[in-house]
Amino acid sequence: MSVLIFIDINEEGTVKKTSLEALTYGSKLAQQLSVPAEGVVLAPVTEDLAALGKYGVTTIHQVQQEALKHFDAQAYSSAIAQVAEKTGATVLVFSNNTDGKALAPRLSARLKAGLVSGAVALPEAGAGFTVKKSVFSGKAFANIKINTPVKIITLNPNAFPVEPGEGAANVVPAEVSVSAPKVKVVSVNRQTADVPLAEAERVVSGGRGMKGPENWGILEDLAAALNAALACSRPVADAHWRPHNEHVGQTGGAIAPNLYVAVGISGAIQHLAGVNRSKVIVVINKDPEAPFFKAADYGIVGDLFEVVPKLTEAIKQFKS
Amino acid sequence: MKILVCISKTPDTTAKIAFTDNNTKFDTAGVQWIINPNDEYYALVRAIELKEADASAVIHLVNVGGAESDAIIRKALALGGDEAIRVNAENLDSFGIASQIAHVAKENGYDLIFLGKETIDYNGSSVGGMVAELLDLPYISLATKFELNGTTATVTREIEGGEEICEVQLPVVVSCNKGMAEQRIPNMRGIMAARTKPLKVVEPVAADALTEIETFALPPAKAGVKLVEPDNVQELVRLLHEEAKVI
Ligand SMILES: Cc1cc2nc3c(=O)[nH]c(=O)nc-3n(C[C@H](O)[C@H](O)[C@H](O)COP(=O)(O)OP(=O)(O)OC[C@H]3O[C@@H](n4cnc5c(N)ncnc54)[C@H](O)[C@@H]3O)c2cc1C
Repeated sequence: MSVLIFIDINEEGTVKKTSLEALTYGSKLAQQLSVPAEGVVLAPVTEDLAALGKYGVTTIHQVQQEALKHFDAQAYSSAIAQVAEKTGATVLVFSNNTDGKALAPRLSARLKAGLVSGAVALPEAGAGFTVKKSVFSGKAFANIKINTPVKIITLNPNAFPVEPGEGAANVVPAEVSVSAPKVKVVSVNRQTADVPLAEAERVVSGGRGMKGPENWGILEDLAAALNAALACSRPVADAHWRPHNEHVGQTGGAIAPNLYVAVGISGAIQHLAGVNRSKVIVVINKDPEAPFFKAADYGIVGDLFEVVPKLTEAIKQFKS
Repeated sequence: MKILVCISKTPDTTAKIAFTDNNTKFDTAGVQWIINPNDEYYALVRAIELKEADASAVIHLVNVGGAESDAIIRKALALGGDEAIRVNAENLDSFGIASQIAHVAKENGYDLIFLGKETIDYNGSSVGGMVAELLDLPYISLATKFELNGTTATVTREIEGGEEICEVQLPVVVSCNKGMAEQRIPNMRGIMAARTKPLKVVEPVAADALTEIETFALPPAKAGVKLVEPDNVQELVRLLHEEAKVI
């Protein structure tokens, strides 16, 4: 028996931050169940894998095969299933990121293992195995019991803190047999070299109050001062002021940063649905009646074109 | 070309979220039901666009649910589906739902299976991957673009901080994300035509539920907003540093 954690790798061969969260989470769970925590990695890695032991994993199974060079949900899940079966894993942990969302359900069907996706806390393993997840687009939580011997969890980004400790993992090669991937990756385009939105700890977001794409410079400056990623409301993406991948909300991405700064966004329920798990929300809006103030921790009622540059200056001053 | 679009019924986006029976059931009182927006705006509309480009294409819709689903199924037919299959089963978990869809897909054989990236109620993002596995088909999740050239599809999918362009041979299962298509409003002709389009009700096949919902909970209420004067932004910086500890 073991908890097996999927270690997800960026194109440049480094471990994704969301995987460090999954490693910490899976290791804590393994401790609770008194079983070892192990990792599995499929893509080429440039980092020192043994060092991931500091997040609590004792063994990392490394698969190195040409067929797994690029992500393919079918080939990857087949490889992970083989490692899980060989190591007798009873819980599989993924990050609820783009790869985890493709892999965990395939493995659930393949291994007949109950899946809870988007977990926000460690399972209650006492009576049954119950996992808390966010539902209704962040407007509620559900406690879901997994009834199968093998269980799968995907962990929401930023829901569980990364806690490095001491230790080194034993990295062992693992052999699997996978057929050639049916999905051929033609190209990978990174829109930004910065922190991906879903992983960002701070996010600065703009709405229709920004009036047009030409005004985004003041938000970029604020984001740079805060070391934050950029996001936007749906009408902004619909009008092509900003790329679709920055759209957050019910039909866009769901994020849970430590700090969310909403500028010129009314705070419609569908927008809140994607950001209401943020730890601290700051709202800048000239309308004191904007619904966002009800969900905010801090607010400024004022014209964003005056407030934002002043705020950026104040942050820069504070930092220096 | 035969396309299957999976549509689910979700509470309207503005529905009040409350629970009954000791917080074990979603309170449906007064709830307006809609087609899950990701299924409607992205999966269904992209399928309709493909049909507009290839007159020989047919779009089947599948929904797993009770008779209350019929209204949203008719709306999907009005938008442009050709015929619908409702698997008469309720309250299944995602694996239960995926098993029913996979069964329908096996019986009819499709070149393309489209779904929304997730439902806005249970936010599982799971059914697509499960269906693909049960059918042993390739799966592309979070697709933002889908182009077809004969039997080869070029699909753009979201990855962290960017996108990936891939190529795959049909048949394939695709979960659809923003960018795939733009929302459409059904017109009167569509609504009239939908009335006579076939909506077949079939009984479910046996499938195990792997999970069950025990209880629901609402997030704790916010303490209330602290307002800062617009000409005193230094105070906001101080609060974010000293009180909220986020900078
Ligand atoms: C099914 C469905 C799904 C949806 N999904 C999403 C989603 O995922 N994400 C999303 O964001 N929306 C979503 N929406 C849309 C949502 O309902 C709102 O329409 C949208 O969030 C409004 O965006 P906004 O706040 O930027 O624009 P507006 O509602 O136009 O608000 C602009 C705000 O800017 C303020 N403002 C204007 N000028 C200034 C200024 N100079 N200084 C300061 N403040 C100013 C105004 O007071 C106002 O509050 C969805 C809607 C539906 C029906």
